[in-house]
Amino acid sequence: MTILGLPIQVLFGQLTIGLINGSFYALLSLGLAIIFGLLNVINFAHGAFFMLGALAAWLALTVGGVNYWWALVLAPLVTGLFGIVVERLLLRRLQGLDHLYSLLFTFGLALAIEGTVRDIYGTSGLAYPVPAALRGPVDLGFMRLPAYRIWVVVVALVVCFGTWALIEKTRIGSYLRAGTENARLVQALGINVPLLVTLTYGFGVALAGLAGVLAAPIYQVQPQMGSSMLIIIFAVVVIGGLGSTMGTILTGLALGVIEGLAKVFYPQASSTVVFMIMVIVLLLRPAGLFGKEA
Amino acid sequence: MIAQTMSQEAAATPALRVRDLHAWYGHSHILHGISFDVAAGEVVALLGRNGSGRSTTLRAIMNLVGRREGSILVAGRETARLQPHHISRLGIGYCPEERGIFASLSCEENLLLPPRIRDEAMRDDEIYALFPNLLRRRDAPGTKLSGGEQQMLAIARILRTGARTLLLDEISEGLAPVIVDALFDLILKLRELGFTILLVEQNLHFTAPLADRFIVIERGKVALEVEARDLEASTAAIERLLGV
Amino acid sequence: MMNRLAPLALLALAGFLPVAGVYPLFLTKCLTFALFAMAFNLFTGYVGLLSIGHASFFGMGAYIAGYAAKAWGVPTPFALLAGIAVAIALGAAFGAIAIRRRGIYFAMITLALAQMVYFFCSQAPFTGAEDGLQNIPRGTAFGLPLGNDLVFYYFVLALTVLAYLFIQAVIAKPFGETLQAIRDNEPRAISLGYDVRSYKLVAFTISAAIAGLAGGLKAFALGVATLPDVHWTQSGNVILMCLLGGMGTALGPIIGAIVVVLLENQLASLGVIHLGFFSIDFSTKAPIVIGIVFMLCVLLFRRGLVGELIALLGKRGLATETASRHTP
Repeated sequence: MTILGLPIQVLFGQLTIGLINGSFYALLSLGLAIIFGLLNVINFAHGAFFMLGALAAWLALTVGGVNYWWALVLAPLVTGLFGIVVERLLLRRLQGLDHLYSLLFTFGLALAIEGTVRDIYGTSGLAYPVPAALRGPVDLGFMRLPAYRIWVVVVALVVCFGTWALIEKTRIGSYLRAGTENARLVQALGINVPLLVTLTYGFGVALAGLAGVLAAPIYQVQPQMGSSMLIIIFAVVVIGGLGSTMGTILTGLALGVIEGLAKVFYPQASSTVVFMIMVIVLLLRPAGLFGKEA
Repeated sequence: MIAQTMSQEAAATPALRVRDLHAWYGHSHILHGISFDVAAGEVVALLGRNGSGRSTTLRAIMNLVGRREGSILVAGRETARLQPHHISRLGIGYCPEERGIFASLSCEENLLLPPRIRDEAMRDDEIYALFPNLLRRRDAPGTKLSGGEQQMLAIARILRTGARTLLLDEISEGLAPVIVDALFDLILKLRELGFTILLVEQNLHFTAPLADRFIVIERGKVALEVEARDLEASTAAIERLLGV
Repeated sequence: MMNRLAPLALLALAGFLPVAGVYPLFLTKCLTFALFAMAFNLFTGYVGLLSIGHASFFGMGAYIAGYAAKAWGVPTPFALLAGIAVAIALGAAFGAIAIRRRGIYFAMITLALAQMVYFFCSQAPFTGAEDGLQNIPRGTAFGLPLGNDLVFYYFVLALTVLAYLFIQAVIAKPFGETLQAIRDNEPRAISLGYDVRSYKLVAFTISAAIAGLAGGLKAFALGVATLPDVHWTQSGNVILMCLLGGMGTALGPIIGAIVVVLLENQLASLGVIHLGFFSIDFSTKAPIVIGIVFMLCVLLFRRGLVGELIALLGKRGLATETASRHTP
């Protein structure tokens, strides 16, 4: 069976790889958008936290003998806690200054984290095995896919839409939405906004940590895995705009799929296609697809 | 009336005591040593021209300005070092200029946003009995409400917390006469219920029958303070300061 | 005036350093990075938008100049010009796209665009991929044997002084004054009828051109042009140089560049230090130290070394000119 002259397995294989990348884009840009919304901080260390999540899973397995399933819970918690410490002790001091300062601070943090990990573990990458229960292929009838890939997409989608529901449908989500509009007023209405800020940062960072654990068996654990991912995430955020939770998720997924298609039809462009789309969007719709401000 | 049944002791402690309050936005010095008291159960109107510092006084009480100095006692408790959410929990409800209704929240979410600070606060059904419009529009997004509905919502959400001292900033501004009348009746009712109210207004006509006392702010200072019984004698002086 | 003349005095002093026995190649490296930092400062310091893409101009300047000299035997001055020309084209294109957004979006866009250039350089045949361009010949310029480290140093010094004077001319009236007016209050500048975008674009392109020159000189100085030159960490380096030295000051970028190059050199030469039970290899710690210095700068002295000094002098009433506003 072929579509557009391509065997369907090749096409769908690349599509699922694209969907996996898109899942990571969605998870990471969602965290970035939530943090930016409330804190007005572009978290340059987001990629580093993604890498730390993967590293935490690897360390848990090799040093502590903690399996993948526990790591899936513990690594995001540990990365999130690390984020909370960073916010409370350091990032908080930059509140009220030009947003560029917090960007520069997290830039330095990313360099320091990435440099430390590279110094200890080198650049070659640490292999993380696919958990035994997800090792085999799954037969979808028309093609067979590695079970782990399906797992990643399902988990990412559940977490993304769960987060969307948390923000849009719950009371704590209404605090976050209101705080994104006017944090000072929310605080004057009696809500502990400093705590909300800390928890929001921790949650966004934990999402990055979770993405890291999911990525560990696919990409290996490498110090630079975060920064190259982060730059694509920035492009995703510029394309989607930071205004809408659902918009951010969908943009992430869609760009992953487009990247996957580019690998099939024009492989040379696959690493830059997201950036080219960013350029086109900026020329046609400078505020981004779901953006509210220029 | 609640105000009358209050103990002597509580009545002796002002609900709000402001002393030598200074406030800055960045480098601009807006308030230059404001002092006044609001007794429990009293309704006080803060009058003044645009830019005189009336709204800034309310924002400074909530610690929402860049920097503030001086002393602000809420029910006898110093709040100079407290964060806004702690100040609010002392029983102050703040209704900001331009109402501060959140666009991304529904009408009901806006109403339920501020946490309750006292057990004897108005129940939700009492609130909806007082503001039947809000029940009908509960699922509408904040921005789809009319100006009057937004203003009612902004007051309803601080009543629901159980706050006994209300800071209301320009609630009658830009609304249709029929809505202004409804707001007038509402404040009258709240006054009867014993709420302490600090009302920022430009419009003496709106506040004259409501307030026990009138404070005119001019260039960040208290220019004139008038008791309700002396209002008639001082109307000319107030109007001169207000530039009408 | 002190703020404007101090850099010239410093550069004049630099003329004597080789005589005093300082290694000329090290000085040359300092100068090329000082030039790069000056270029960056011209845009970010005076326009107030953060570019995280300047490595593209620096790196492409290095690749193009190096390739022209090595593969085609183009005389060194023309090879440098070729590098500058490509940097200008790239700067104009990036600028035209990125200037459509402001604040943090501008920063993210420049970074994303620079990443495209990085991918391009890692795949294009002429860059030598992972190995980069090696053994780039310095050739001659105006009859000067640039192969000699000392001669080459004075060649770079002369170009740096020229570039400095050029930058001073750019940020003087009326162009520079308009830039600062835009930085301080953009809506007002728009209402006064200034074509704000064009001003920003011109400043960005000039900045890119000088960064391209710096890259080309660096390629000739060290004889190599490699992928780290176009990597985002190089953009980070130049941001740090300006931040550390003092964004928006004339002297700051030069001081910042010297401190950062010194720091990297010192770390490399410290090597392995044994501290009782454990030992630390400092030669591999540069990124960590850079990252930590970065955070400390942002947390503790946002005005940078020169900015803090000017503020200190200003308090005592000694400074004749205060530092420009320190928006990064």
